[in-house]
Amino acid sequence: MTREALDRKLRSLLDNIQDMEELVEHATIDAVDALKRQDLVAAQKIYDADSIINTRRFDLENDCVITIATQQPIMAGDLRLVASILEVSGELERMGDYAKGIAKICLLIGTEPLIKPLIDIPRMMEITLSMLRRAVTAFINHDVEAARSIPDDDYLVDDLYNQVYRELITIMFAKPTTIDQANHLMWAAHNLERMADRVTNICERAIYVVTGEMKEVDKTDDEVNSSYQGDGSN
Amino acid sequence: MNKFILENLSLTYSDSVQALKGINLEIPANSITVLFGPAGGGKSSLLRTLNRLNDLADVKQVAGRADLLDQDGRTLNLLDKTIDVIALRRRLSMVFARPIVLPLSIRQNLTYGLEVSGVRDRRRLNQAIELSLEQAALWDEVKDRLDDPATMLSGGQQQRLCLARCLALEPEVIILDEPTSGLDPISTNKVEASLQKLKVNYTIILVPHSIQQAARMADQAAFFLQGELIEFATGDTLFINPKQVKTKDYVEGRFG
Repeated sequence: MTREALDRKLRSLLDNIQDMEELVEHATIDAVDALKRQDLVAAQKIYDADSIINTRRFDLENDCVITIATQQPIMAGDLRLVASILEVSGELERMGDYAKGIAKICLLIGTEPLIKPLIDIPRMMEITLSMLRRAVTAFINHDVEAARSIPDDDYLVDDLYNQVYRELITIMFAKPTTIDQANHLMWAAHNLERMADRVTNICERAIYVVTGEMKEVDKTDDEVNSSYQGDGSN
Repeated sequence: MNKFILENLSLTYSDSVQALKGINLEIPANSITVLFGPAGGGKSSLLRTLNRLNDLADVKQVAGRADLLDQDGRTLNLLDKTIDVIALRRRLSMVFARPIVLPLSIRQNLTYGLEVSGVRDRRRLNQAIELSLEQAALWDEVKDRLDDPATMLSGGQQQRLCLARCLALEPEVIILDEPTSGLDPISTNKVEASLQKLKVNYTIILVPHSIQQAARMADQAAFFLQGELIEFATGDTLFINPKQVKTKDYVEGRFG
């Protein structure tokens, strides 16, 4: 096969993963920022822009299929990489949906004053996005060591989530009229918590590409209500 | 820009086998066009019609149109009995499945064609040797032994020498009939890589020896079955989403 042609293809697939990561990152930052500032115009924009991420994912999936079909024989590490790119693009697309979900929450809360200042949710976002950025870099650079250590940070996000959860429960108990908004905020926090979990999946793929080992990376998973699955998926 | 325009091209051998049945095909310049399909599909008959090797075969009838276009848009009717076939074959060089080197030195294999056509200038000949060997990804392996017999080279090297011999004459079109069927994967890789580079300056028509090679190499691909052109499309389309059931069945390995 023309090795050069395949290398060019793989490079371009990875460039697209990088682009998708940046789109997801910006969407998430903007969504949390809109929620914090209760900026409904910005929220609507983020909500609509999610279709860009979805389109990118379809294009990337199609590119992967073209690569598999036209670059035969594609084997061993190359095949693992393309298969993992498909998986990672799916994870990123889902993360885009979480950002869209936060924008939706912002629209649902509307201009009603926030029941608490948003501090922990932006912190959850910062840690999650830092994990995401490092995970995608590890995936692109075949950095197994980084990929193994990044999921260790998941507990930071889980801790913050538990904190937000307890705080919101307390507020709801004290003042039942806040239940509606408190629920929405819990949902926003949960989206970020799920996002961090998906980062772990990207790390697993990064390890798989290099080692061929397909197994779950150990991570702390002790959010208080781990049985609750707001989005119906893992 | 198109290099070849074929219209309703049909060819019947004297044993009444119709090898080509009303082929309509436009082959673009500066890209790789792959002709593929099971044996007896008409691929080789088509190639041999283009460079008139079929003049030597027992052909009963050729009908339709087959035109070769040059950069200035001039058209040459390839079916015209009176055209200068030698001049035509300088424009359309061919590499065959089995490397056929001349029983001469590596150097002479490359200069033979040029010398026959009247080039005597040493410097020009040397330039042609180096350039053509580099284009065929062979220069580094043979530069220190250009005067060794060409038959000493390995099969893969001989095939690349045949490609270099084509290129030394600076043709417009390179026709390759299963050029890597007898080569190991590394030599195949080298030939394929040089073809990908050469397509910038040449029109390449390739009959691959496997569907995998067809898929790897095709800018556009034509699927031939029993003398008919079943489907012609870009490689990306044809190997992922073919429109014809016969093409789909063949690329999926259901027959052939």
